Amino acid sequence: MSADPNSKLPNSVDLESLRAKLAEGNGKRFWQSLEELSETKEYREFLENEFPANAESHAEGINRREILKLAAASAALAGLSACTKLPTEKIVPYVKPPEEIIPGRPLFYATSMPLAGVATGLLVESQMGRPTKVEGNPEHPGSLGGTDIFAQASVLTLYDPDRSQTVMLEGRISSWGAFVTAMGNARVQLAPKGTGLRILTETVTSPSLAAQIRGLLAEFPEAKWLQYEPCGRDNEREGARLAFGRPVNTVYRFDKADVIVSLDSDFLSSGPGHVRYAREFSSRRAMQGPSSQLNRLYVVESMPTNTGAIADHRWPRAGHAVRPIAYALASAVGVPGLNSEVIKHTDWAEWLPMVARDLERHRGSCLVVAGEQQPPLVHALAHAMNAALGNVGKTVYYTEPLEAIPVNQIESLRDLVNDLNGGKVEALVILGGNPVYDAPADFEFGPALLKAKLRVHSGLYYDETGELCHWHVNAAHFLEAWSDARAYDGTIGIIQPLITPIYDGHSAHEIVAVLAGQAGKVGHDLVRDYWKTQRPEKDKAFDAFWETSLHDGFMARTALPEISIAPHPDIAKGETRIEISRDPMAMEIVYRLDPAVFDGRFANNGWLQELPKPITKLTWDNAAMMSAATAQKHGVATGDYVKLGMATRETKAGVIVVPGHADGSVTLHLGYGRRRAGNVGTGTGFNANFIRTSTAPWIAGGLRVEKTGDKYYFAVTQHQYSIDLQGHPAEQESVEAFRRDLVRVATLEEFRKDPNFAKLPEEEATKGLTLYPGFKYEGYSWGMAIDLNRCVGCNACVIACQSENNIPVVGKEQVMRGRAMHWIRVDTYFRGALENPETYYEPVLCMHCENAPCEVVCPVGATTHSPEGLNEMTYNRCVGTRYCSNNCPYKVRRFNFLLFSDWKTPSLYGLRNPNVTVRSRGVMEKCTYCVQRINAAKIRSEEENREVRDGEIVTACQAACPAEAIVFGNINDPNSRVAKLKAQSRNYSLLDDLNTRPRTTYLARVRNPNPDIRE
Amino acid sequence: MAQIFHHSTNLISRLSIYGSVFILGLLGYALYEIGMSPYYTNVNVAREQPVPFSHKHHVGELGLDCRYCHTSVENSSFAGVPPTQTCMTCHSQIWTNAAMLEPVRASYRDDKSISWTRVNALPDFVYFDHSIHVNKGVGCTTCHGAVAEMPLTWRAQTLYMSWCLDCHRAPEKYVRPRSEVFNPVYTAPANQIQLGMKLVEEYRIQRLTNCSTCHR
Repeated sequence: MSADPNSKLPNSVDLESLRAKLAEGNGKRFWQSLEELSETKEYREFLENEFPANAESHAEGINRREILKLAAASAALAGLSACTKLPTEKIVPYVKPPEEIIPGRPLFYATSMPLAGVATGLLVESQMGRPTKVEGNPEHPGSLGGTDIFAQASVLTLYDPDRSQTVMLEGRISSWGAFVTAMGNARVQLAPKGTGLRILTETVTSPSLAAQIRGLLAEFPEAKWLQYEPCGRDNEREGARLAFGRPVNTVYRFDKADVIVSLDSDFLSSGPGHVRYAREFSSRRAMQGPSSQLNRLYVVESMPTNTGAIADHRWPRAGHAVRPIAYALASAVGVPGLNSEVIKHTDWAEWLPMVARDLERHRGSCLVVAGEQQPPLVHALAHAMNAALGNVGKTVYYTEPLEAIPVNQIESLRDLVNDLNGGKVEALVILGGNPVYDAPADFEFGPALLKAKLRVHSGLYYDETGELCHWHVNAAHFLEAWSDARAYDGTIGIIQPLITPIYDGHSAHEIVAVLAGQAGKVGHDLVRDYWKTQRPEKDKAFDAFWETSLHDGFMARTALPEISIAPHPDIAKGETRIEISRDPMAMEIVYRLDPAVFDGRFANNGWLQELPKPITKLTWDNAAMMSAATAQKHGVATGDYVKLGMATRETKAGVIVVPGHADGSVTLHLGYGRRRAGNVGTGTGFNANFIRTSTAPWIAGGLRVEKTGDKYYFAVTQHQYSIDLQGHPAEQESVEAFRRDLVRVATLEEFRKDPNFAKLPEEEATKGLTLYPGFKYEGYSWGMAIDLNRCVGCNACVIACQSENNIPVVGKEQVMRGRAMHWIRVDTYFRGALENPETYYEPVLCMHCENAPCEVVCPVGATTHSPEGLNEMTYNRCVGTRYCSNNCPYKVRRFNFLLFSDWKTPSLYGLRNPNVTVRSRGVMEKCTYCVQRINAAKIRSEEENREVRDGEIVTACQAACPAEAIVFGNINDPNSRVAKLKAQSRNYSLLDDLNTRPRTTYLARVRNPNPDIRE
Repeated sequence: MAQIFHHSTNLISRLSIYGSVFILGLLGYALYEIGMSPYYTNVNVAREQPVPFSHKHHVGELGLDCRYCHTSVENSSFAGVPPTQTCMTCHSQIWTNAAMLEPVRASYRDDKSISWTRVNALPDFVYFDHSIHVNKGVGCTTCHGAVAEMPLTWRAQTLYMSWCLDCHRAPEKYVRPRSEVFNPVYTAPANQIQLGMKLVEEYRIQRLTNCSTCHR
């Protein structure tokens, strides 16, 4: 529980009055949060004061003595700080300079980030040997230049001071040498057959690691290799087994799909290939004008996700209700062998036949996707639908599995637990993963683990599992180690290290080599030698192939070939009774991977912890998320602390009411409630694994929700930085507020009728009105366009900006005070009913107004305007009056109330971008349009005696965006991409009537709902 | 009641009023002088180095080009301080036993960097780029002074912002032909302004004075 007594209680809002309010404006009103709708005091404070809690930073109170001390100290500092002499610095050059490094210029190396075994290709920026920034690899099929939050935040984990830094033996510091010796002895004991040896890994797609483990198993035939991670995708695998009789890998081509149905699948932000899929999907949302065609997305889901937010039609349904819908839809589109009666069910009669018709109209260019939470049958039905609709080979194709050995991971772990409990395990080697924390509760993995006679754990952290093992080997981060991994389509990416292991960690390859008696063989040789035996190229040709693959980051033409496969005709044979539970008291719980900390492996990453999660804008916690009606039924509201009971198990969690959540369902994200995550992650949120069981690991019925009477304080940024559209209540009478929505939306039909719908006549009338002659921007004139049609709300821009611009993490308490430092935020707007609102994302960063209100109020000229139209922030001039942020209508300025940047932890020095100042306390900061990148590109172009080319300057947010929603460039060049976007009729500015003339503009969202469906 | 102060104190109070103006002025002047003094700016203060490297000898007498050691000056923000290897290209052949050069040999032998004292330093919030200045015709000696005459290196200019702006506002006063940038004994011609104006045009030199040119 948060210990902050000063923060205001999250109000329990009166739902009836909210519904009435929403009904008032014909459902046309945009809203951001329930607090806004109910106009709570807390919300008004956030609206009127940018930092409402700033007077309360001394929670313990302040006495006279302290004031005098502070006054004396500040007088002394004010007088003396200007008189510091520059300290004497040292320059320490190389003894022998490494090749290619030019001091002061970064180098980029290609590598891949494996997540749940699947690789996304990256280009990592190295500043004189320090990896500092991650970009996508434009040539890698899994990235195409885009990245996700996990890849962006991976550099922080690399430098995390809480990482395990040494080999441990029974809680004491040991050494790699001692470990190697111990494993040598263990080998002798396990010989000849390896009876009782168990190796537990996460999902392994790495061909070289798999070959090593197979080699070990060949030597020890009675040893077993098991795989488990919570994101193990068992349902998908079992669904394929159900449909095809064996596991396959499904590859989608969203760019070819005109109509997409997602059955509880958040394909845009999780699962293999999601970065690529976001690119493909959004490419079909790009518009040149009213004649452009759009794809159409239908989503059925319980918890609102990014995919649901961008859908044209979304139906909130409890997790268990998706199965009958899948069945009915399959039946409607003509999957053979199904009961056609189910189509008429009242729950979906109003829309499901229309969806089916839409799919059938787009045979061969539509797509049905099932989500990981859904049971195997839904996956199998999705396969059957795609086959029946002629999509296979067009919008979807199949390959052999990505995994070296595809297994049902829960069963695999069950196997291990049984062996442990049966006393059959002599030695257990856990390579990565944290099963003590994340194994299903019914496995009682912790106590079972202690029955293994020799326990070895390797991981980035000395975590819950590590502390129960005899040996803990500090693992090398993927930016420190050699390996390989398959992308979503099977392409083999090479993982090459950017830096020698900071803490002398070792990769899984090296540990397996030790177990196999090949101690001393280093990761590079293990990986390269494997490929030398596998590739047709020999000697010199192999060297060339290897060099090329390293340079590109992946092995060309290694994508798995398409296989021809047809689903069984009788997949749903056993499913005679497909109906929805009508029990009104039936409550289900849905577990999902957390959108920020995933399954808990990123729990100690401050960037991810502080990232406002999609839809809820929750930071630093997970929560029992439920709909307003469900909350009402249980007599709870946002901020109530409840007991969640499943059979004999229970856990506690705070409640958050989520607009658009399905009724009768509670979503609890995994990855929180870690006991040993590190200084950042320990103790955040609630542990879902206490109640999650192996029989129902994703959707489970029979949930009890009991009020405890306690309150829980969440750090939610949803209505922080809300832009005041109404003005002060007292002025509302005189100032006629016209509708100047910050998000502008039309349906495709409306857009075709009125291409200028995004331009408001009231705003157009005042445009350019000024008493003074305008400044003439010659040469470059930087600007940005953000296409709301393409933004999928993935937050990659937020973390990319944080990484590029050395933005500090402030912690939960400071976030509650409205002091999160992100320069770019993704605002979420809702429209329509509480039960199923439309959701809109809008990334907001500094608008770089030509008539910037912040500049005129700065008493010291710390924020000024450049001749190229940048609104500049000069930190060393700033004295912290905060007048500028007071005067910013967009609320994009961030103030360092405290020394948020960590200046003390040496390991974090390596993380920083050397081209951006690390800000100190008392300084205002904000988006600079990545001026360091602009300057670097300008210098390069000047040296080559040419103009900066269009697309040469890519801001960090733009580079990270997998959806290509953000475009930056020179608006004075009519041929630049940004100028062309701004010339579109959908282009509009925020608060245009203030005549701030923002350089950041937005392209209005166009929805493409099915005209046959009335909602 | 008697006056507390004798009326002669009027003079003192009057003097102190004028005096305070004078004293404040003096204080301001003193602060300015301190700020501009070598004590504070390190201008003309020869810095002690682990090896008493003489630019005078290497540049002035032997005629080494600046770029022989400062290799990245033309294509990076950082001009580069030579690695030990660069020293050893010559000093593995000549003066191989000189006691003065022992730290260089030790560095090469033990693979340990030499820790030089920085002479020209800017605050961390200033982002200066060598390559663009060199490419636009700003000579090395314009900022670094007559390096060819420095037995031990010292800072030749204050490197204050006002000093930067002096050139950024009127580059024609300082630019020279690109061919002369690395000339350590270059002297500006009598028609510098005229030549400068021509070069400003020819090299497309901009008068960048907005903050984000250097601060970000």
